[in-house]
Amino acid sequence: MEKFYISDFCSLRNNKVFKNGEEIYSDVASDSIKDFAKGLYKSLDLKYPKFHKMDELCKLGFLATEVLISQLENIDQDTALVLSNRASSLDTDRKHQVSIDDRANFYPSPAVFVYTLPNIIMGEISIKNKLKSENAFFVSEQFDPEFIANYSKALLQTGKASNVICGWVDLDNDKYDVFLAFLSKKGRKELTKKELNNLYNQ
Amino acid sequence: MAELQEELKEKIIEQLSLEDVEVSEIGDDDPLFGDGLGLDSIDALELIVLLEKDYGIKLKDPKEGKAIFESINVMADYISKHRTK
Amino acid sequence: MRKVYLVDDSIISPLGFSTQENFQNLRKNNIGIKEVKNNDIWSAPFYGSVVDNDKLHEAWNLISNDKNGNYSKLEKMMILSVSKLISNNPSLDISRCGIVISTTKGNIGQIKEEQNDKAYLASIAKTIQGYFNLDQTPKVLSNACISGGLALAIGKRMIQAQLYDDVIVIGGDLLSEFTLSGFFSFQAVSSAPCKPFCKNRTGISLGEAAASAWLSADKKKINGEAISISGDASANDANHISGPSRTGEGLYISITKALKEANLESQQIDYITAHGTATPFNDEMEAIAFNRAGLQEVPLNSLKGYYGHTLGASALIESIIARHCLLHNVLIASVGFEELGVSQPVNVITKNETKELTRVLKTASGFGGCNVALIIEKLA
Repeated sequence: MEKFYISDFCSLRNNKVFKNGEEIYSDVASDSIKDFAKGLYKSLDLKYPKFHKMDELCKLGFLATEVLISQLENIDQDTALVLSNRASSLDTDRKHQVSIDDRANFYPSPAVFVYTLPNIIMGEISIKNKLKSENAFFVSEQFDPEFIANYSKALLQTGKASNVICGWVDLDNDKYDVFLAFLSKKGRKELTKKELNNLYNQ
Repeated sequence: MAELQEELKEKIIEQLSLEDVEVSEIGDDDPLFGDGLGLDSIDALELIVLLEKDYGIKLKDPKEGKAIFESINVMADYISKHRTK
Repeated sequence: MRKVYLVDDSIISPLGFSTQENFQNLRKNNIGIKEVKNNDIWSAPFYGSVVDNDKLHEAWNLISNDKNGNYSKLEKMMILSVSKLISNNPSLDISRCGIVISTTKGNIGQIKEEQNDKAYLASIAKTIQGYFNLDQTPKVLSNACISGGLALAIGKRMIQAQLYDDVIVIGGDLLSEFTLSGFFSFQAVSSAPCKPFCKNRTGISLGEAAASAWLSADKKKINGEAISISGDASANDANHISGPSRTGEGLYISITKALKEANLESQQIDYITAHGTATPFNDEMEAIAFNRAGLQEVPLNSLKGYYGHTLGASALIESIIARHCLLHNVLIASVGFEELGVSQPVNVITKNETKELTRVLKTASGFGGCNVALIIEKLA
């Protein structure tokens, strides 16, 4: 059976950014996710005004993707996105709920409502990188390296994707945990459940 | 009127998260959509909410928005004629 | 590559608590959408398709093996649909199946409560695992309005990758204040039952439902004619997070790739069961994509006029109904349609018809720019 590899990986945790195991950005002074994301956005020199319109969950997934693929000159249009988390879009769901709690002051915002689906992260990543590819968003209590690796392999084996960006983008009650891996036919680390889990836990 | 125009610019920047835009950069007659500020369909819906929430104007047909949101001047003119709060 | 069959299915909706009852109602062109007066959902009457709570309570009491458990309406509907699948199929061993649950908002009403564990989508997987006493936790897919169709594609891929021989796909969503208020803020709710592809369409009607489908690699399990999912693909528009692509790009790519996998040309498709939400932009985008794919003459309907938009259940239910249309060789009228209201020609079914059918195209599109296409085929 054909083998696939984890060519790059990155994580965003505790206001620090790691790529392939090395710390590349740190901002321990920021006390909000919004400020941390804005600082990282500036340091990546992205010039992408749509970024400011995203909810915090999308900002985190979007920035992690930029970090993950920053060294690539171009990214294949058939690069699939297979993301997962625990809290779905609950962080923004709560904001929408607050706007409708009081029937006398009932002004739900379309710009908030549109982010009440977790797969919007993949929409934002696809728009930025022109990826007209397979997307799937799974929700589980914890990162599920076995299923994510198996499903990603199935996409690569059947030719439904040329590469896969997979991982975990979770945000809940001001706590976040982001881990992404770039899967392809080249690399040093073979794609296995164990390897993916090790890198997630690094 | 000039006050309302400034107020609208501030609200639009805040409400539509136009982080990199300054009030001074929005001309009173600049188009808000298309080449101007580059607003999109969600922004248009957001402006409809803004009209209702802050000025008590409820559009009967959301398609009316297209004409009203042409520029700051057109918007200010419409609001001053129709506002209920 | 292994063939994947749609062996059996079950639907719990306002049009009935079994696929058979649902299908009979569709053949009579009975609709589930009606005026709803429920202050918990909306302060004014609106048009939607809701599952009657008393009827659900009664059906639940007949099957439930856990009278004391704390089950939400959605969980009861999902469990009921799976229980019917099990009781109709003695050969189905659910403990050996992979399970994919498709939902967009799950028990979202729970975020208002102090105790809001059930608002987390994975809690539904735990509930179903507990009820059926399963070793494995079901996977939850939440991919906007294409979830139900994408879950079928994912189930098929899991079987083809030899992870399982059998997969159960469960889909469901409720008509909630949360979702309805959001679609109102999008100015996207119709003030009358929705009218897909019609000139007079003004937006969606929401609905609620749950359904289950059994996918298997084993042809011997099929009772009657074999129906398979012979092609599937999903593609993102990479254009806008809420506005449908003006060129139908992602949907066009999905259709082309699904046809290619099934080794078919567009002329070989006998029927399209479209997404057809009845918003002006969605239906227009679909018409453009179908024309780009050379499918403009293929008879087409949207079932949204019957069920409303049931979100995570919709594409699953529409695929299940497609299977029964293939088995019975019938086309069902696209209710609500009067006069073509899209810029490109599409062949909307205006009257029920009997017609020999072999291959159906199911499509769906959703927020986030996602699209999915499935080819559902009757095999000789």
